Amino acid sequence: MTALVPTENLRAGRRPSRRRPAPLGYLLLLPPLAWLFIAYLGSMAVLLVSAFWSVDSFTGQVVRVTTTGNFGAVLHDPLFRTVTLRTVGVALGVTVIDALLAVPLALFMAKVAGPRMRIALMVAVTTPLWASYLVKAYAWRGLLAPNGPLDWITGGHSIGYGLPATVITLSYLWLPYMILPVYAAFARVPSSMWEASADLGATSGTTLRRIAAPLAFPGIAAGSIFTFSLSLGDYIAVQIVGGKSQLLGNVIYGQLVTANDQPLAAALSFVPLVVVLLYLFALRATGTLEQEAR
Amino acid sequence: MRLSAGLRRFVGGWTILVLLFLYIPLVFVVLNSFNSSRTFAFPPSGLTLSWWKAAAHNSAAWHALGATAIVGVCAASLALVLGTCAAFALQRYPVWGKQPISLLITMPITLPGIVTGIAMNTTFHSVLGWNLTLFTVIIAHTTFCIVVVFNNVQARLRRTGTNLQEASSDLGATAFQTFRWVTFPQLRGALLAGGLLAFALSFDEIVVTEFTAGSTRTLPLWIFDNLFRPNQAPVINVVAAVLTVIAVVPVWIAQRYGDDEA
Repeated sequence: MTALVPTENLRAGRRPSRRRPAPLGYLLLLPPLAWLFIAYLGSMAVLLVSAFWSVDSFTGQVVRVTTTGNFGAVLHDPLFRTVTLRTVGVALGVTVIDALLAVPLALFMAKVAGPRMRIALMVAVTTPLWASYLVKAYAWRGLLAPNGPLDWITGGHSIGYGLPATVITLSYLWLPYMILPVYAAFARVPSSMWEASADLGATSGTTLRRIAAPLAFPGIAAGSIFTFSLSLGDYIAVQIVGGKSQLLGNVIYGQLVTANDQPLAAALSFVPLVVVLLYLFALRATGTLEQEAR
Repeated sequence: MRLSAGLRRFVGGWTILVLLFLYIPLVFVVLNSFNSSRTFAFPPSGLTLSWWKAAAHNSAAWHALGATAIVGVCAASLALVLGTCAAFALQRYPVWGKQPISLLITMPITLPGIVTGIAMNTTFHSVLGWNLTLFTVIIAHTTFCIVVVFNNVQARLRRTGTNLQEASSDLGATAFQTFRWVTFPQLRGALLAGGLLAFALSFDEIVVTEFTAGSTRTLPLWIFDNLFRPNQAPVINVVAAVLTVIAVVPVWIAQRYGDDEA
């Protein structure tokens, strides 16, 4: 009997370790990690360092002397503050709209539709993700255009281009990213929980509020990471349908390309980065992300 | 299911409205490419194929398409190699630091593209003094494509386990034979889906591309350049319609060969 492999090893699905030597694992990790460290983390480090440089106002050349002036400007310039607040507002608005659109649809997919209908809806929801971002934003430019379809239907009272058009377009672009995790959250809930609630005398409204909403919340949180962070960095859609509105991305782009002030652009780009990280930490603090990962 | 009839009707109706919201813009784009009005006023005064003929002869659009395809194929291929290596290492070997490594792989796609774009622009152009070409675009795209290959291959490896590989080597196959005849066929669907997703991600990317492309034009950059020029609108409408229609192809392939969990 002693010659046999110990049974507890087999039961745990473990294999003799000679099959998976760690050094080979590290060898496999070398190319992807080298790439990410050099191309990605290296660039991010350069970005951080360059945010402390400045531009010689006379020659327009970047001066590589450390100064905190750029971060001072980012924190104290009222223009940057207004644009940051507006951008966060847009990102939150997009997140709320997408959640409102997604929850009933996800509920239908998970708890009303049959298996075939569910697959069809899954395909219907994911297909628009493969259509080009620019084409989708351009579609809204066409729909909202003067003399366009919405103008025609409303008899000339379409909202036209501007900040509301930007919020609608961004909501449209990121909606599937919200639907999929909310659906997954609903699908994980056993039907018996709904039935128990009904059997115990709860009305549909009560079941929705007391059972469905808390269960959907981790899904909404997961989806909101996409809708919030993608909206926060976006500066293309607002150029296409936003009229003259400016978001954080436009200001950063303007500093880099138009004003040719790379260090200030670098410092400014830490604003969306910090906001996204704060958002992730806030979600983590509520514990919803761990629930989602389960 | 015990949703009340009223609630079922409500969520059903809502689903139809959201689907209309998702698809009306796409249908509009396709329809508009046949609109004979030069200002694309709605409703269309007539339908025409002439914009499609004009677009077929637009050399700048074809040139940009070629550049996009080169970037997509190169970035997806590099991402396939790098993402597969990472997935094997984390899924099959007792390596240290699995969580931070997964986080690092995911970061380029989670953090705003404009941050990655400016970071790489500064590094390539200002610090290293490189000219921004397709080469720099490929480096940038590969970086955020690794994660989709990694996710797909990791999901497949988790599902398939190692029993067949062990049977293969117990039966005397060499490591290469096992890979060629057992591991690779198991992974083929995941590699296809991952590579396709990576290609699609690269094909559509505009933010990071704008900061790393210099004067070279990929298709999204070319579309964006011409989006605000009224005399280019007919060609842009046709390109938009084509891109919308071919979006169905990867869905179909992914549905057939992919991993649901990926």
